[in-house]
Amino acid sequence: MGRKAKFNEGEIVKKGPGKKAKKQKDPVLPKSLKAPEDSLKQLSSRQKKRVKKREEKKVELLKKRQENRKNKKKESDEKIPPPPQQDSSEEDFSEDEEMASEDDNVKVDNLNDLSDSEENHSDDSYSDEDDLLPIEKENIKLKKKQALEEKEAEAEMQLNIANQESFKFPTKESEEEVKSLQDVQQRIREIIAVLSEFSKLRDAEHSRSEYIDLLKEDLCTYYSYNDFLMEKLMQLFPLSELLEYLEASEVQRPLTIRTNSLKTRRRDLAQALINRGVNLDPIGKWSKVGLVVYSSQVPVGATPEYLGGHYIIQGASSFLPVMALAPQENERILDMSSAPGGKASHIAALMKNTGVLFANDSNKDRTKAIVGNFHRLGVVNSVITCMDGRNIPKLMKVFFDRVLLDAPCTGTGVVAKDNSVKTSKNEIDIQRCYNLQRQLLLAAIDSVNAKSPTGGYIVYSTCSVLLEENEWVIDFALKKRNVKLVDTGLGFGTEGFTKYRHLRLHPTLNLTRRFYPHEHNMDGFFVAKLKKFSNVIPTSDTSDIAEEVEEEIEEAHEISLDETVGETKSTKVEKAKKKASLNGFKAKGVNGQRQFNKKIEDQEEPSKISWEDVPKKTSVKLGKKLKTVSKKKKIGSLKSNKPDKKHLKHKNVKLVKRHNK
Amino acid sequence: MRRLSEDRTKVLFEKLAKYIGPNIKQLIERPDGIYCFREQKNRVYYVSENILKFANTMPADNIISLGTCFGKFTKTGKFKLHITALNYIAPYAQCKIWLKSSAEQQFLYGNNVTKAGLGRISENCEKYQGALVYSMSDLPLGFGVAARSTAECKMVDPLTVVCFHQSDIGEYIRSEDDLL
Repeated sequence: MGRKAKFNEGEIVKKGPGKKAKKQKDPVLPKSLKAPEDSLKQLSSRQKKRVKKREEKKVELLKKRQENRKNKKKESDEKIPPPPQQDSSEEDFSEDEEMASEDDNVKVDNLNDLSDSEENHSDDSYSDEDDLLPIEKENIKLKKKQALEEKEAEAEMQLNIANQESFKFPTKESEEEVKSLQDVQQRIREIIAVLSEFSKLRDAEHSRSEYIDLLKEDLCTYYSYNDFLMEKLMQLFPLSELLEYLEASEVQRPLTIRTNSLKTRRRDLAQALINRGVNLDPIGKWSKVGLVVYSSQVPVGATPEYLGGHYIIQGASSFLPVMALAPQENERILDMSSAPGGKASHIAALMKNTGVLFANDSNKDRTKAIVGNFHRLGVVNSVITCMDGRNIPKLMKVFFDRVLLDAPCTGTGVVAKDNSVKTSKNEIDIQRCYNLQRQLLLAAIDSVNAKSPTGGYIVYSTCSVLLEENEWVIDFALKKRNVKLVDTGLGFGTEGFTKYRHLRLHPTLNLTRRFYPHEHNMDGFFVAKLKKFSNVIPTSDTSDIAEEVEEEIEEAHEISLDETVGETKSTKVEKAKKKASLNGFKAKGVNGQRQFNKKIEDQEEPSKISWEDVPKKTSVKLGKKLKTVSKKKKIGSLKSNKPDKKHLKHKNVKLVKRHNK
Repeated sequence: MRRLSEDRTKVLFEKLAKYIGPNIKQLIERPDGIYCFREQKNRVYYVSENILKFANTMPADNIISLGTCFGKFTKTGKFKLHITALNYIAPYAQCKIWLKSSAEQQFLYGNNVTKAGLGRISENCEKYQGALVYSMSDLPLGFGVAARSTAECKMVDPLTVVCFHQSDIGEYIRSEDDLL
């Protein structure tokens, strides 16, 4: 082939400017669109009048001034010649213009006088202070202008305030209009202002609940939560705090890492990371291993230090349950739901790789993450298992010194990490969650040895802010097992609820700790530390019955979920309810207070679920998966149920007899 | 969870000897308690007897891992050392190779070590001996097989492979799912 010879080099002549150099011509506009050039010169009749008046004023002013000066000259002949007329006239002109544009003709005379007097005054001052530099004159002008602007702004403010005061409750028609987000935000603020001083600012026709409903609706649209979750949050926080919480939940918390004290020290790690271009700081006084990463030039999750196991990426809130657990060396510790192994490896680090650490998770895929993290971080004292946490006490009853239960939850505290929580959760999800949590917590308590010389502690934590998944679960455990709440030893965090709407929980629940994004700059979190004081599981006939009844009610619900015919399910539930209440009354004599509490609980739960109210559609929507699961349960429960019922009847008869005696 | 058979113990120790030589003794006779090798689903775990005692209460099917996983026996009966064993073999290594910081990243992505990336090498490394790879700041990065002896290394040109890659800590990210 070879190179192509260029025989005609230099002969090529360019033809025209080329395609790309083509220039578009100016667009041709239709005559109708063209602005008439002399439109500026044409003045409206009002403008003409104003111009006339201005000119008249000018003439008058000039005359007056001249007269003034003549008078002054007569008074003092030694004074310096008057200021250049041009300046003053200009000043007048601008002033007048402003006035004219602002007001109508009516006040003109009056204003004229005013400006005159001002003029005179300035003239006087001028004559007193000898000659002013042009800059100084400008300054005086500017100050006047500023004062005027301030006045205007103030007036506007007052107008705004007046507007706020007269917040009108929207009518149905106005509600239907599509509103912008800013309008919604404005309205949220207004409603909150009204609610804060309700008796003063309220609209007499509307009740507080109406206002609150409106607020809820607006908050739902603005922050895109579903109705249910927003209602829960509104019940949880006072209004002033609610907005802060919602606002803080939108923002991601800072990236934090935990130094692996098995392999390195925090100072060394910080130095190594700074050398790689990571901008970081200690997390706070409360932790000796935490670092906050502000910015980084390299991916923090893939540096050689990370791969070498010198640190792990972990949220600040994840430090807390482990610190509360305070594991000691040579103990037997269980982490019930440990994937991906962040907290568990923290425990191992605090134990300095001594003793035994059981890291369990029920999801087999997630245990791979535990394996990876443990080997990377050099944790060697661990046994990683994959089983249902509820089965652990069957294998290792009263075995562990400490147990950490970071229970599976709805994740309402980590909305920033997973936005789908806002809309995907409803009553049923939460109910499922706290049922599981209760069972897990009981299992955790059962597997702890109360007689352990160093321990006997259980730490329960969730990343949810809802009371149902936190205090209520603890309260349940306090009733069911021989445990008491102890101080978490964290030193900060807000106290847990002891009273919540209609619920009166155990008074020691103030020892639990809650953490919020807007207060503590971490994810929403809950930590409770329990101490087991006896290995005996308190059981009495009555509580047994109550439990069984509870189970029965739940089963009835599950059955009703499957069935599409409405009648049977409602009757079944009612039957179960009746039984519950009957049993409650029968047993009242045996253990009054306790039974009473139980009864309340029993009644509460079904009323909260209110399956009868669930329309048929939802039961269909729940999908095949759920159906199959509940069917399996149903089959199992039906099989196992028969002897139970007999047992129950037998007991009832016994009780009645006892009662009669 | 069962003891290793005689044959398998032999295979395992032969493999370990390539990297840490006579230091295997240190692994078996430790001052801080009795440690032993156990096998489950062809994986070999190195674990304290104390922990093993407790782990035996769990059903074997539910145990995913215990102590430290050293590696696995392949279907052909050979032993494959895993990166997870690094914590134990790094302190006892006989042949060490230090990488320049520029070559670190390459090695962590699974590439062999060339002469250009070689920072330092311990003396009297033999050809085809198991070698531990470190960064210049003494962070163990993985292990491989020395492709040249120390003496040969000095002579070769910069692009020659000095150490064949076997395993590196990048696997914790690259293949977390099949670490075991």
